[in-house]
Amino acid sequence: MNRILILGIGNVLWADEGFGVRVVQALQRNYDFPESVRLMDGGTQGLALLPYVQEADTLIIADAVDFKCDPGTLVELRDAEVPAYLGAKKMSLHQVSFQEVLALGELLGHTPRHLYLVGVQPCVLEDYGGSLSEPVKAMLEPAMARILQYLAELDIVVEKRTQAGPDSDPLGMAAYEARRPSAGEACRVGDERFLALRSD
Amino acid sequence: MTVTQTPNGFKLDDSGKRIVVDPVTRIEGHMRCEVNLDENNVIRNAVSSGTMWRGLEVILKGRDPRDAWAFTERICGVCTGTHALTSVRAVEDALGISIPENANSIRNIMQLTLQVHDHLVHFYHLHALDWVDVVSALKADPKATSELAQSISPWAKSSPGYFHDIATRLKKFVESGQLGPFANGYWGNPAYKLPPEANLMAVAHYLEALDFQKEIVKIHTVYGGKNPHPNWLVGGVPCAINVDDIGAVGGINMERLNLVSSIIDQTIEFIEQVYLPDLQAIASFYKDWLYGGGLSSTNVLAYGDIPEKANDPSADNLRLPRGAIINGNLKEIHEVDLRDPAQIQEFVTHSWYRYPDDEIGLHPFDGVTEPNFVLGRNTKGTRTNIENLDESAKYSWIKAPRWRGHAMEVGPLARYIVGYAKGMPEIKEPVDKLLRDLGLPLDALFSTLGRTAARGLEAQYCARLMRHFQDKLMRNIKAGDLSTANVAKWEPKTWPAEARGVGTTEAPRGALGHWVKVKDGKIENYQCIVPTTWNGSPRDPAGNVGAFEAALMNTQVEKAEEPLEILRTLHSFDPCLACSTHVMDRDGQELTRIRVR
Repeated sequence: MNRILILGIGNVLWADEGFGVRVVQALQRNYDFPESVRLMDGGTQGLALLPYVQEADTLIIADAVDFKCDPGTLVELRDAEVPAYLGAKKMSLHQVSFQEVLALGELLGHTPRHLYLVGVQPCVLEDYGGSLSEPVKAMLEPAMARILQYLAELDIVVEKRTQAGPDSDPLGMAAYEARRPSAGEACRVGDERFLALRSD
Repeated sequence: MTVTQTPNGFKLDDSGKRIVVDPVTRIEGHMRCEVNLDENNVIRNAVSSGTMWRGLEVILKGRDPRDAWAFTERICGVCTGTHALTSVRAVEDALGISIPENANSIRNIMQLTLQVHDHLVHFYHLHALDWVDVVSALKADPKATSELAQSISPWAKSSPGYFHDIATRLKKFVESGQLGPFANGYWGNPAYKLPPEANLMAVAHYLEALDFQKEIVKIHTVYGGKNPHPNWLVGGVPCAINVDDIGAVGGINMERLNLVSSIIDQTIEFIEQVYLPDLQAIASFYKDWLYGGGLSSTNVLAYGDIPEKANDPSADNLRLPRGAIINGNLKEIHEVDLRDPAQIQEFVTHSWYRYPDDEIGLHPFDGVTEPNFVLGRNTKGTRTNIENLDESAKYSWIKAPRWRGHAMEVGPLARYIVGYAKGMPEIKEPVDKLLRDLGLPLDALFSTLGRTAARGLEAQYCARLMRHFQDKLMRNIKAGDLSTANVAKWEPKTWPAEARGVGTTEAPRGALGHWVKVKDGKIENYQCIVPTTWNGSPRDPAGNVGAFEAALMNTQVEKAEEPLEILRTLHSFDPCLACSTHVMDRDGQELTRIRVR
């Protein structure tokens, strides 16, 4: 059996950085997957993801990554192209980088045979407590389509649900957006040094 | 040149050469450290700075308090569940909600699972490489390594062939140039004291622990529904118990309960046969390196955790102790009241925040999180590229919490000192035995090594407590009590118009508190003081240094350009900057810059 892990990485509390997790949540709500496929909201976890990565034969990652291209651009990478991006260009807080997780997997003698990454170039990261920006949100459907297409290449059949599953998670995108306090109530900007660095 | 005497007993001298370590690696989040060395390479001034700003508290304003746990769970990449538990406890405290016994047992098992998992991963994957030289391991003789391993533990994986395989794998990995976790080590530094065989044994167990962690976290999946971000519930736990059910879905059934039980047995075995023997073997080579005590010999604080019975907040009901010790007087343990504005205050004199009056501390119920990034006159560099901080002004995104005005250390060592002083046999006896085995006096506990040792002993204690609460849960279920949640006050219309509460846990890194104010069904104010806020705090208006800064003082550094000793001591606290400050960093992979001038 080809065991497949679809892993969304990122922080949903930080605007476009939450893209990967939102992709996985949307996939889970809208499709039925066979038992060989596991979907995971990896958040900003590092080493804690290693066990799940080790168990997978094929690892599919959804993430917001700095590809140095136009904001909102969707990029896909395969196999050897993936680790380099997850190390050097990662814009996230995981100190134990995902590249390191893959390296440790290799040292343990179990790494996925196939890697596939679908990433988006973020537009907005300065909106603390915010949701996905419109251009990035528009990439949710195309990102899901790419992942489903990749699964199809692996002969994995995925059924679209007739009715989407419930979005009961307090951090589900709808509730997260609808219940957001106003900018007056809750400050939305971050570290000045970071903002200055972002503009260079 | 300035020489200052701090009220908490440290002589600071910033005249010597300044070293900057930024970021400190192998921790969660981002931290910067600057020290001044004298002509003998001894640290005479230490400055610790959180370099990210935390906005979590402000984005919670106006949210539903029943959802706060889900947000707080996302503030950390490591100890997710402990924030969620602290949050639901704060909301339950505010709204006067009691929880069923089963929920208390399950929460304890979840929290203890986190403690054990975190301690194990910290020791092997974040801290061991400060004591273990990976490159030296390549020189080890597998046969001698096997003899060493068999002399200290009955653990089965100890044959010469096994260590030969590990050495071969390691060699191949290092030669491939893809050092990954082993990049940027100060391999060959004279501060490494282990023989090659001990290094190889430790590397083998580094890999085994990495493999084993996948078993431990399954417990979170069983009781929390999923991992890495388990589900929590105000009023109890979100898992129904149905012992007659089958399969992995639906309620918790016997099969799931037995799975947890078997993982607990394996966890106890791994800690007792691998972690603790390794800890003792490594410690025996570093008995002379007793730097890093800092505040631990004088001021330590624990909020306590792991209530034996549900809904009983008394100190006697807690299996991890609560109390404060000040001025090194182990004979007097002060009761800690987190609601008392005279006890806990946070200061921002040296933090990048603004208060109505920066000189006056605020209790967390009245806490303010308003950023104010200004640099002191003597800062070197620019606002976006700081070369040297000016610690006489604001210099950190971490606030400075104080207990009755004292800077305090929190964490496993603080818990163990409080427990030891209370005479809790489950804490005192293993400490006395370890010290006896190593031929060290009690004072040796107040050190970097003592912090690392306390964490190991606590992992064992917590694993045994997991067994205790799992057995208790099973007994309760067999007696017919299947209740896991109290939803009597679920609806906001049952709440008072205004309420406030505090929730605490002992997170792996130390005392954690959330303070919440609820008004008209929404969060009006939310404040967290996390363990690394205590330990990593900057100075306060009186000039007291925090635990990190204190622990670095007077340490001899072998090589100024390779600050291994600085990392060793900072790592011994298991710093978690991601939640002590927050989430704006550009590139987690930046190499550590070491600058000496």
